[in-house]
Order: sequence, then C-alpha cells, then structure tokens
Amino acid sequence: MNAETIARWQFGITTVYHYFFVPMTIALSALVAVLQTMWVRTGDHKYLRLTKFYGKLFLINFVLGVVTGIVQEFQFGMNWSEYSRFVGDIFGAPLAFEALLAFFMESTFIGLWVFGWDRLPKKIHLATIWLVAAGTMISAVFILAANSFMQNPVGATYNPVTQRAEMTDFGAVLTNPVFLATFPHTLAAAYMVAGAFVAAVAGWHLAKLSKQGDAASAEEVSAHRFAAKFGAWVLIAAGLATIVTGDIQGKVMTDVQPMKMAAAEALWETEGGGSDNASFSIFTVGTLDGSEEVFSIKVPYILSFLATGDIHGKVAGVNDLVAQYRDSGYMKSDDPNSLEAKYAEALIASGYDYAHYRGTVNYVPDIAVTYWMFRLMMGLGFLAMAIGAWLLWVLRKGRLPKPGKVWTGLMIALPLLPLFANSAGWIFTEMGRQPWIVNGVLTTAAAVSPGVSAAEVWISMILFTLVYGGLAVVEVGLMLKYIKLGLPVVEEPKVLTDDDQPLTFAY
Amino acid sequence: MIAMVVDPSWLQVLWYILIAVLWIGFLVLEGFDFGAAMLIPILGKNEKQRRVIVNTIGPVWDGNEVWLLTAGGATFAAFPSWYATLFSGAYIPLFLVLIALILRGVSFEYRAKRPDTRWRNTFDWFAAGGSFVAPLVLGIAFGNFVMGMPVNLAENGLTHVYVGGLLAMFHPFALLFGVGLVIVFLFHGAIFLALKTRDEVHDAAVGFAKKIGLVAIVGGAVLLVWQNLAYSTGIVGWLLLVVAAAGLVFAWLMIRNGRDLLAFIGTAVAILAVAVGVFVRMYPDLGFDNSLVQDNPLNIVTASASPLTLQIMSVAALIFVPIVLLYTGWSYYVFRRRLGTHHIPDDHPEPVTTSS
Ligand code: HDD
Ligand code: HEM
Ligand code: HEM
Repeated sequence: MNAETIARWQFGITTVYHYFFVPMTIALSALVAVLQTMWVRTGDHKYLRLTKFYGKLFLINFVLGVVTGIVQEFQFGMNWSEYSRFVGDIFGAPLAFEALLAFFMESTFIGLWVFGWDRLPKKIHLATIWLVAAGTMISAVFILAANSFMQNPVGATYNPVTQRAEMTDFGAVLTNPVFLATFPHTLAAAYMVAGAFVAAVAGWHLAKLSKQGDAASAEEVSAHRFAAKFGAWVLIAAGLATIVTGDIQGKVMTDVQPMKMAAAEALWETEGGGSDNASFSIFTVGTLDGSEEVFSIKVPYILSFLATGDIHGKVAGVNDLVAQYRDSGYMKSDDPNSLEAKYAEALIASGYDYAHYRGTVNYVPDIAVTYWMFRLMMGLGFLAMAIGAWLLWVLRKGRLPKPGKVWTGLMIALPLLPLFANSAGWIFTEMGRQPWIVNGVLTTAAAVSPGVSAAEVWISMILFTLVYGGLAVVEVGLMLKYIKLGLPVVEEPKVLTDDDQPLTFAY
Repeated sequence: MIAMVVDPSWLQVLWYILIAVLWIGFLVLEGFDFGAAMLIPILGKNEKQRRVIVNTIGPVWDGNEVWLLTAGGATFAAFPSWYATLFSGAYIPLFLVLIALILRGVSFEYRAKRPDTRWRNTFDWFAAGGSFVAPLVLGIAFGNFVMGMPVNLAENGLTHVYVGGLLAMFHPFALLFGVGLVIVFLFHGAIFLALKTRDEVHDAAVGFAKKIGLVAIVGGAVLLVWQNLAYSTGIVGWLLLVVAAAGLVFAWLMIRNGRDLLAFIGTAVAILAVAVGVFVRMYPDLGFDNSLVQDNPLNIVTASASPLTLQIMSVAALIFVPIVLLYTGWSYYVFRRRLGTHHIPDDHPEPVTTSS
C-alpha cells in the first residue's frame, strides 16, 4: 500500500473511533443537565441519583472523546500536509475557533462540574454542566463548518501567486448550505445515541427490578422508569428530526455533489424527469463491479423525491456525470468565481494540460461502500426508533419488562444501533466525496504529506490502533461495571465552609 | 541563514506573538501538571497521598492542555505552511507526544474508577510516564527549532518538507533541551504541589523541590549558555538567560523559606524567559533552516495566511481570549484550597443498590 492509502486508513480509523465518543458527549451532557435541572427544580432525590449515575457514565465516555480528539487536531498536518497548506487559510480558522471557543469552555467547566459539587452553590454548579453542553455544541458548529467546506468549498478563491485556496468570505463558510443541513442532522443523530443509551440502561435495570417483585426499591423503580421513558422519547423525537433533516441534506447533496447521490443509489443511468421517476432501491444484488443489477427491491418515486423534492424529479446517473466531468471539468455550478472555476482557470493559464487531467481523474467513488453505508445509516436508525417505541409500549401504565435473554439483547442493541448508524453516515459522507478531499478542487491523492514515508504512517497507524483497542476494552469494561452498579446512594451536596472538612468527592 | 529581507505585516507579527503566548500558556500551566503527575509515584508514599496529588491537578489539567490545542489550531489558521511542514516533518516525535498525552489523559479519569491497587498503580505509571515523555519530546523539538530544521521543496514544488532526518533530531543540544524541560517541569510541579497541599505531601514536595531546584539551576545554566554561544540572538538572548536564571534561583530560595506562591512565580518566569528566547531565535524563519531554498524560503511572510483570515482571527482573539482567561482564573479561584490527606474521603465502598 502506498502512503496515501495508509494515510486514508489511518484517518478513517482514528476519526471513526473519535466519533464513537462524540455523539454521546454532545447529547448526554445535555441530558444530564436536564436531569440535574429537574433535581434543582423539584428537589426530588431520585433525579439527583440519576444525575450522578448518568454523569459518571458520561465522564467515562467524555475522557476518551478528549484524548482521541487531540490526535484529530494534529493529524491534518502530519498526514495531509499538502491539504493543510492548500486550504489552511480557510480550514484552519474554524479549527482555531473551535479550540478557543469550545474546548476551553468544555474542559474548564467539566472540571468545575466534577469537582465542584461541594464548592459551588447549587445553581452555579448546575450552570457549569449546561456550559459543558453548550461547549460541545459550539465545537460541533466549527468542525462541521470545516467539514462542510470540504464537501462544498464556498467563500474561497484560488490565489495563483501563493498557489493555494484563500478565504474571501467567512460568512459564506459559516452559512454553507451543506453546513446548514449537516449541523441539525448530526446533532439530531447524536441525540438518538444518547437517548437510546439512557433508555437502554434504565430498561435493563427495570427488568432486573421486576424480577425482585415487591422487594424492589420504589424509588429506584420510579427513577429507572422515568429515565427509560425519557430516553425513549428523546430517541424517537430526535429520530424524527434526523429523518427530516436527512431529507433536506439529500436535496442539498444532490445539488452540490450529484455524484455522491448517484453513488449512494448505485444509479448508473439517469432516471426521472418528464413523466418518469427515479425509484429508491432498498436492496440490490449486482454483479461485483456493480455495473449490472441481478436482483433488487425498488420503491418507485422515492428517490426522485428524496433527491429533488419532486416525485418526477430527474436524478443524474454515474455514467452521465462522468461524461459531463470529462467533457467540461468538475464544476458544480456555473459560477465563474467559484474556487473550482478559479483553480481550473489558473491551471490552464499556467500551461497545465487541464483537458488531459480532466480526462484522467476517476470521478466515481466506491459505489458498494456508499450504497450500503447509506442504507445502513437509515436502517439502523429506524431499527433503534422501533425498539424505542416498543420499550414505551412495554412500560405503558406502570408495567415492567419481563427479564430474559430477548430483553437483554434488545437493550444491548438499542444504543449500538444509532451509534453505528452515525459511523455509517460519516463513512458514507466521506467516502462518497472521493476522489476529492476538497470537492472538485483537490484530490485526496494530491493532499497527502509529501515528506512522510509509508513506514512512518504504518508505524503510527498500527500503534494508534493497538492503543485505541486497549482503551476500548478498558472503557467498555468500566461502562459495564458502572452500569451494573446502578444508581449510587448519594447525600445532598452541601458547600463546604470548614477548611478541614473532608471533601465529599475526590478522585 | 536569512536569505531574503523579510518584511512582515503587523498582523503577521501579532500572530507570531500570539502563538508564542499560547505556547507559553501551555508550558507554564501544563508544565506544572506534567511535573505533578511525574511525581505521583515518587512523592505519593501511600494511596491517600497519591490521591492528594491527583486531586490537585484533577480539575485543571484538561484546560491546561487546550493551550496546546489552541496553539496548534492558531498555527494552522495563521501560518498554514508552518503547520504543514512542522507537523509532517516532526511526524514520529509528534506521534510520541500524542500517545503520551492519550495515556496520561485517561489515567487521571480512570485510576479512580476501581479501588484495586494494581489497576491504580498501572494508571499512575501511565500518568507519570506520559507526563515524562511529552515534555521530553517537546523539549527535543524546541531544541531543533533553536538549531533550525533544514527544509527543501517537495517534488510537487509547493510544500516545504523537513529533510534533516529523524536521527539528526537527537543532536546533543536538543537532547539536553528535552531533559532540561523535564527537570524544570519537575521543579515547577513540585512547587505547585507545595503550594496546593498540606502536611506530609507538602513537606515531601518542598524537600524534593529543594533538591531538583539545584539540578534545574545548574542544568538550565549549561543549556542556556550553550544556546547563546552556538545559536546566538545577541544581547536579548543573554538578558533572557539572566531572567531565567534569576527566576530559578529565586524559586529555590523562596521554596526554602516556605514562600510557595513566590517560588511558583519564580519557575513560571523562568519558563517564560526560556520560551521567549526560543521564539526570538525562531524569528523570522519559524525554526526552519532555509539554506537549501534561498529563493523560496519558509518564513513568517511566506507561511502566513491571507490578511482577511488574520483579521478575522484577530477579532475573535480580542473578544474571546479575555473571556477564557476570566473563567480559567475563576476555576483556579474555586479550587484554591490546599489539600491534605485528611481531605480525601475514604475509598468509596462500591455504591450499593437494590437492583443488582
Ligand atoms: C460533530 C461533532 C464533532 C466532530 C465531527 C469532531 N469532533 Fe472532535 N470533539 C467533539 C465534537 C466533534 C466534542 C463533542 O466537542 C468533543 C468530544 C469530547 C470533548 O471534549 O469534546 C471533541 C473533542 C475533540 C478534541 C479534544 C478537546 C479537549 O481536549 O477538550 C479535539 C482536539 C478535537 N475534538 C478535534 C477534532 C477534529 C480535528 C475533528 C475532525 C476530524 C473532530 N474533532 C471531529
Ligand atoms: C468533521 C470532521 C470529520 C469527520 C467526522 C470525518 C469522518 C470521516 C469518516 C467516517 C471517514 C471514513 C473512513 C473510511 O472510509 O475508512 C473519513 C475518511 C476520510 N476523511 Fe474525513 N472526517 C472529517 C473531516 C475530515 C477532514 C477535515 C479531512 C481532511 C484532511 C478528512 C479527510 C478524510 C480522508 C482523507 C479520509 C479517507 C477517505 C477514504 O478512506 O476513502 N476528513 N472521514
Ligand atoms: C431517513 C433517514 C435519513 C436520511 C434521509 C439521511 C440522509 C443523510 C444524507 C443525505 C447524508 C449525507 C450528507 C452529505 O454527504 O452531504 C447523511 C449523513 C449522515 N447521517 Fe443521515 N440520514 C438519515 C438517517 C440517519 C440516522 C438514523 C443517523 C444516525 C443515528 C444518521 C447519521 C448521519 C451522520 C452522522 C452523517 C454524516 C454527517 C453529515 O454529513 O451530516 N442519519 N444522512
């Protein structure tokens, strides 16, 4: 494998891993804040116990999000130095903003929250967890704006003197249509994960409690029942929001990355337009190269609607798009001032054989991966929503679930489904953008660090994978341990006034 | 070594200074938590003492680390080519720093999660080992910036790449810089512990600071004299040497007299002076040696982002840096109390619950 391929694998592995922790951090911080708010508002002890319980699980997850994020911050320069040089003028700013506006806030206030139970007055302490939640959201804003620029490079032009992309309009970067669609979609998808997690943990405890019959503590039954329902409702509401925003995203994507939509559907020939329509395939078995269909299940009109909002809308196929790009270059719009256009113009002006270059790029992403990841994303998400709805049904009118293998299995699957749907969504988004690292401008192959050897990337990739694997074992072990321990017995926190009094909490 | 007349705009100079400030923030703040974490196995004679040490840095280490992330992000945004060439050139060292930061970061959080001695000792060694490796490697990198990292243009004719090779990074001067940074951080960390603790841990930290302080003074002097003789920045460099030496000696005198806070200021000033010296030396070639690319050097002007990006970043920095400083200061104020072993609650017996 060449350095580019290994660098791609490394980026993929470390980023997908980072993103196992991110959705939980974003959404669980807010759900814990809601629980703590309910305790502060009502004074009901059960909410305090729930806050502490889910708060601890949140922290076990949070720290891995932090340490794997550090790797992300430095990877661009390490493995993608030509990328960093080429778009740093635009891409660097959101990253710097993220650190300055979000990471300082998250990390400082999480410290205050964890260690501040007996140092801060109740309401101020409550504010700290809300600030953590706000910090995670600000962080998502900037990193997603940066990522959206890669999908749809707006607000920039090409400078032939410095030979790189330069910012012309930061506002355009922050109002990129891709970003406006991606942000709510990613956020909603994150709430699906945390909602499912809260529901599943509580659902599992309820089954155990129901085995104890009348011996079960009434407070615990009531607390877990509340948490299970709360989580399931969050999951379902967020699921609906995910679907709505995903639909919007599909339309934006068809607009700015038609090739990605064609790949997502394995749509080789253009369909729809006039009285015709493009149908959405739920399941396809094709020949290995994907160019011919052997068997498929299709729903008419859906794809047309998903892509364009019109049941007869025309959806461009892979072959037509390739012909178009070979012919006239990869222009997503006819805007002569777009980064793509300026870059092509400069290449031609410098005597570069652009027509030849245009003919040699392989414009087609990996169809099998994009096709299946798109379906996995939606399918796993729908499944999670279905289990959430089932959980609510089982708990109706004071009922408790029956313990057993099936129930345990469902509760284990519940949080994993939306989590893996998130991974699938990202793999789809990123692989569907290939061969570009910046859509239509810079190819991934050209972006890799020229001075870094394959051996160096191999070493770091193998060691990162080993360390990450080890951490995963530790984290899952701790999660399970603390989930099983159940609601902690807690005393009402009081602000310490005496300097010699022991702390109520310490590491 | 300077190939062309370099004529930076004031925004470029401002961002060079701001990046230096972010590094200084990182070195002064994370410096003490690196030091304190290295001292967990050395000064923590029993479990409660080790927990006292961990709890002094528990609420703040993550915030301290963000100074490094922000320095990285700001370099990316303000000087993209600096970021690109430095981070790809120092690939393996940076990788080591990342692994070290990962291992130490998880240990603080995870050591407390099981009341089992082997588990805790393992994570204490991760914390100490990671806190040792990170400054060692960063110090070696700083040594290389002082010496100048040779760069050339890559085949694509666009990106500068480091051409010195990995082995050349382990020049004796760079190694001494790395070891020096570790020792100064041990001193700084011991003083921080003295400042934040009481009783046995406090006394042990003071005892250790007195000893390591002497090593830091002697080693620091050798390092800085070497730097000024071999990689001179003129009179400024010698002045900074005097400030750094005075800071260390002052810290040592103060810790002997029980003036913990003044001692802490002393080491902080010394670290600041050393860092300023490095950044003065790195101006305007950003720590690169451009002799191979005299017509196309990598420096504060050629590496810089466009004026628009620098302007946007400046506005953000103007608004948000003070806010960050305010709440960071507040968090140090909230956790101002000195900790002793009697403050540490007994190992929480496993929380009991009726449902398990
Ligand atoms: C949509 C959200 C999202 C996405 C796509 C990413 N991250 Fe992330 N990141 C977060 C959301 C987040 C977070 C929720 O804000 C985290 C998780 C744990 C934390 O402290 O913040 C975080 C942590 C985190 C940290 C550690 C912060 C600290 O020490 O407190 C860094 C340096 C990064 N991230 C950088 C990145 C980079 C360079 C990414 C691009 C490849 C990336 N993240 C993808
Ligand atoms: C918002 C933050 C980002 C997230 C969550 C993200 C996520 C992902 C995911 C899930 C993959 C798929 C991994 C695979 O196919 O093996 C991927 C691949 C990749 N990403 Fe991103 N990405 C982000 C930003 C970036 C950025 C800023 C870059 C710029 C360097 C980048 C470059 C790549 C590359 C080069 C690959 C490999 C592509 C491939 O293997 O086909 N990504 N990313
Ligand atoms: C009907 C349901 C859904 C639709 C129509 C949909 C649509 C989409 C589209 C079109 C993209 C690609 C955007 C682009 O590349 O520009 C995307 C990405 C993504 N999806 Fe979905 N999605 C759905 C459900 C879900 C679910 C259930 C989850 C997770 C729980 C999820 C998580 C993600 C993530 C994390 C990404 C990558 C980040 C992004 O680009 O926003 N999606 N989705």
